[in-house]
Amino acid sequence: MEKITKFFSSVWGIVITGAVIGILAPLLQKMGNPPNMGICVACFERDIAGAIGLHRVGVVQYIRPEIIGFVLGSLLAALLFREFKARGGSSPFIRFFLGIFAMIGALVFLGCPWRALLRLSGGDWNALIGLGGLITGVVIGSFFLKKGYTLGRSKPVNWIQGLLMPAFMIALLLFLIFRVTFKPGNAIFFSESGPGSMFAPLVISLGVGLLIGVLAQRTRFCTMGAIRDVVLIKDWHLMYGIIALVICALATNLIFSQFNPGYALQPVSHSQWTWNFLGMVLAGLAFILAGGCPGRQLFLSGEGDQDASIFVMGMIVGAAFSHNFFLASSPDKLSEGGELITGGPEIFGKIAVIAGILFCVVIGLTMKSVKNKR
Amino acid sequence: MAEKFVDARGLSCPQPVLDTKKALEEIKHGTVEVLVDTVTSKENVSRMAKKNSCQVEVETLDDGEFKLLITKTES
Repeated sequence: MEKITKFFSSVWGIVITGAVIGILAPLLQKMGNPPNMGICVACFERDIAGAIGLHRVGVVQYIRPEIIGFVLGSLLAALLFREFKARGGSSPFIRFFLGIFAMIGALVFLGCPWRALLRLSGGDWNALIGLGGLITGVVIGSFFLKKGYTLGRSKPVNWIQGLLMPAFMIALLLFLIFRVTFKPGNAIFFSESGPGSMFAPLVISLGVGLLIGVLAQRTRFCTMGAIRDVVLIKDWHLMYGIIALVICALATNLIFSQFNPGYALQPVSHSQWTWNFLGMVLAGLAFILAGGCPGRQLFLSGEGDQDASIFVMGMIVGAAFSHNFFLASSPDKLSEGGELITGGPEIFGKIAVIAGILFCVVIGLTMKSVKNKR
Repeated sequence: MAEKFVDARGLSCPQPVLDTKKALEEIKHGTVEVLVDTVTSKENVSRMAKKNSCQVEVETLDDGEFKLLITKTES
C-alpha cells in the first residue's frame, strides 16, 4: 500500500492521471458526449441541475454519470487507503456562495477549467482567453492568500456526514438507471436535443468517472491548484498533470479528427473575448478562494469533506440561477442567411459576473484568521 | 525543541504550505514543527520543505494526524 501511495504522490502519478483524463475525455466525446465537452465538471453539474428540475432549459438536462463516478471513485480510493475523513465547518455559507459565483462565471465562459483545457486541445482558441482569465483570477486570489485570507479551520465531524454526498450521488444514479419520472411531464428531465441529449453509454461514462475519481483522489489532481502552486510557490508538481492532459487530449483529438482550430463557431462556445475573460476571472477567483477546482471539490467530497460538498451544491444551485435568470452565455451560431451571430452573455449575465468578482474581492479582503489557535 | 510551531490542522489548500513556508523563512536554521490532519497536507508540506533543501521527519499521531519536523540548515 505504501509503495502505491508513494508512486501516486510522485510526478509520474500526477502525469499519468493527467494523461488518462486527456485520453479518456476526447474518447467520451467520440462515444457520444458533446463536442469539446468530453468532461466538463461545470457543464455536467449544470446538466444535473436541469435533470432534477432546478432549471428548465430543455437542451441541458441529463444526469451525468461522470460526476457520480468522480465522487464514488474518490470515496472508494479514500476508504481503501484509509484516508476517508468526515470533516467540515470552514465557513460553509461563504463556500456555498463561492460555488454559486464560480458556476455563474463558468457558464458565462461556457466551461470550467477542465473544459477550458479540453476546448484548447480541440482547437478552440477562445479557451486561451478563458485560461488567461483563470490565471488572472488565480493571481488575484494568491494576493489575498498572501495577505492572510482564510476561511478558517474545518473540524472532524461524525463519519456519517461524510457519506451524505456519496449517498446523494447514488440516488442520482438510481434516478438515471431507472429513468424515474415523479409525475408525467415533470422531473427527472432528459434532454431530447442539444448538448444534454448527447452522452456516451452510461456504463462507460460511469466507469471513466470512477477511474478518474480513484486516480485523482490518490494524486490530488487539481487544475486550479496547478496554476496556484506555480504562481504562489513556484511548484510545478500539479502543473505536470495539466501539461500531460493537454498533450494527450490534443493527440487523441488529432487521431479522431476532433481538432478544428479557430475562434468563431466553435462547439458550445462563444467568441466574445471580454466575457470569456471576465467569466473565467470570476470562476478562477472563486475556485482559489474555495481551495480547489470543481473536479477537486468533487474528489474532496468523496473523501468526506463537507466544505467541498457545500461548494458543489453551491455550483448546482448556481447553474439553476444562471439559467433561470438568463445569466449563462449563448453559443455562437449562424443565422438562416449564413451570417455569424456572436454569442455571449446578455446584460444580466454581465452584471452577475461583475457582482461576483466584487463579492470575491470583498470576501478575499475581509476573511482573515480571527485568532491563530484552535 | 522546535524553533517554530505551525498548527495547520483543518486548513484547506494551500494554507498549510504557505504557513510552513513563512515559518521557515522566519528562521535562519533550526526546526519547524508542523501539525496537519490530512495526508494531502502532509505530502504538500513535505514536498515544499524538501524542495527548499530541508530535512523532513514525519510522525503519525492518533486520529490520522501527522507531526512534521522540518529542519533547516544554514547553507
